[in-house]
Amino acid sequence: MAFIEIEDLQKSYGEHEVLKGISLNVDRHQVVTLIGASGSGKSTLLRCLNALDTINNGQIRVDGDVVSGPGVDLNRLRRKVGMVFQSFNLFPHLSVEENIVTGPIKLLHHSREKARARAAELLERVNLGHRAKYYPDQLSGGQQQRVAIVRAIAMEPEALLLDEITSALDPELVAEVLNILRDLAKEGMTMILATHEMQFAKEVSNLVVFLEQGRLLEAGPPAQIFGSPTQERTRAFLKQIIDAGRL
Amino acid sequence: MQRLSPAPRAVPIASTAVGVSLLLLFIIATLGGTVRNGIADPALKTISLWLIVVAMAAGALVLLMAGWSMTLAMRANRQTRADNILAARSSAAASRQDAFIAFGLSLAVLAIFCFVQLLLQNDGKLQQTFLQWQLMRESAVDVLQAFAVNVKLAVISQILVLVIGLVLAVARMAPGKAGAPIRFMAVAYIDLMRAVPAIIVLYLIGFGLPLTNLPVLASLSPDWFAIIALTLTYSAYVAEIYRSGIASIHPSQWSASRSLGFSYVQTLRWFILPQAIRLVVPPLLSTFIALQKDTSLVNVIGTLDAFNQAKFYASSSFNLSSVSVVAIVFVVLTIPQTRYVDWRLARANKRLRG
Ligand SMILES: Nc1ncnc2c1ncn2[C@@H]1O[C@H](COP(=O)(O)OP(=O)(O)OP(=O)(O)O)[C@@H](O)[C@H]1O
Ligand SMILES: [Mg+2]
Repeated sequence: MAFIEIEDLQKSYGEHEVLKGISLNVDRHQVVTLIGASGSGKSTLLRCLNALDTINNGQIRVDGDVVSGPGVDLNRLRRKVGMVFQSFNLFPHLSVEENIVTGPIKLLHHSREKARARAAELLERVNLGHRAKYYPDQLSGGQQQRVAIVRAIAMEPEALLLDEITSALDPELVAEVLNILRDLAKEGMTMILATHEMQFAKEVSNLVVFLEQGRLLEAGPPAQIFGSPTQERTRAFLKQIIDAGRL
Repeated sequence: MQRLSPAPRAVPIASTAVGVSLLLLFIIATLGGTVRNGIADPALKTISLWLIVVAMAAGALVLLMAGWSMTLAMRANRQTRADNILAARSSAAASRQDAFIAFGLSLAVLAIFCFVQLLLQNDGKLQQTFLQWQLMRESAVDVLQAFAVNVKLAVISQILVLVIGLVLAVARMAPGKAGAPIRFMAVAYIDLMRAVPAIIVLYLIGFGLPLTNLPVLASLSPDWFAIIALTLTYSAYVAEIYRSGIASIHPSQWSASRSLGFSYVQTLRWFILPQAIRLVVPPLLSTFIALQKDTSLVNVIGTLDAFNQAKFYASSSFNLSSVSVVAIVFVVLTIPQTRYVDWRLARANKRLRG
């Protein structure tokens, strides 16, 4: 049984069908990359997995438990499956440390000391040990995104959803964020990430999923998708990216 | 080759400034003279003379400024002829600057002078009606004591309004189907209370509640009727201020908090409200200033506040100087607050610009 099971997931905004029946299984310790053109539904899929958007049809199961539909304890689900956003979304009125420890203290009922020690340890790991007392607007984009990742990890989720978390960063800051993901992948964190960083996708993912207009067009190991895609659309998409010099 | 565009034109503006300041001196002399001729009281006549002298001195200062502007303008012309365009530009800019200062000063001197002359008119009738020192001093102690009532009403209402306004704002944003009736009630209340003038609410409560014979409510003191009325009215405004603050927090903050596993209420409590309240401090303070001023409305239900106290003095002396005292007390209390609000706003804007 896979850790995350998505079965015929459909999602519309009003009349507009965004996801038209997606099925996908993600095993524990797997890294899955979602690629596809802008508007193909990558963010929407991730938001549905985190129950930030409700789905219209289909089913989502996490660890064997159905987490879509009415009557689900969404807050518990979200503690299991964390999410990091393209725009960081740190809380601007809280310091870096408070951003990280508020969740563990209020929701996991950790003691303040324990939460702070853990935050310090995690910050140290992403080379931000000296920034604990800073406020988000005093940090660079790359630093903010690293804090956002730490904030999600501090909740001890079993899987992480990452939505284009390097797209808002200057090129020289992308590496520092990707390095952290690389480490997380090595440690066996289950991750689903939407990204335009094809080189990175090729390197870390176990499974690459190509979305096209709300449909899962093709999925497979990176060597297959990037080397010999079966679908014409996938090939065209990758060609565009190679032509743009991004692979 | 360097080709410089010419310096801005300064002479026309400078000469206008000279003309305006001469006109100012002329007006001071003629207006001051006319008013002085109409004054019978010798003491006032001396005051009037001194006022003219001071105003003429100020006018002379303005003329000096205009003259300096003229000098600079001429210098700019000379420099242009000597082909020193950059120097000419700087002289012309300084000249125009001084000319505009002269305009502004003329306007200020003229306005103040005219106002003072208005007070002196008709043997100082205006001053005697509104600002009679003797009467102001006599009423001041009682009026100030009564003003404590205004302060008390304002402070208690403000505290209640802060809490009730927040509850209303959150109720108005209650999510989902279950929240619908709560939202409806909150909207109805806010619309109603913003539609009815504060003085009507006050009148209805102040005279109506005692007639109802309701336990507790009917036997409250007039002070409390006033507090209830002000709170009812102003909590509606404050609810809207809170709501605008909450609405201006970006939805991504909600996503971030919910994705960590915080519930709706926890998200509001820990992340949205702390940010929203910081944003709404300036408009909240502005509303509080309005509330403070509206405490003077309580005289319609007979509460002995500063205004009511002053009205006793006014009706027994047929003179409004005691009421002016109330106005002055409000000014003294309010102006520091408005300055503070402006300062907060300026600081907030600066932070936004980074
Ligand atoms: N809240 C919303 N309301 C209505 N339509 C939406 C909403 N969010 C997304 N959409 C639509 O859903 C479609 C998929 O959007 P989504 O953000 O999932 O794409 P994406 O693959 O993440 O694209 P990108 O690479 O640009 O981030 C788009 O056509 C978008 O217009
Ligand atoms: Mg997206």
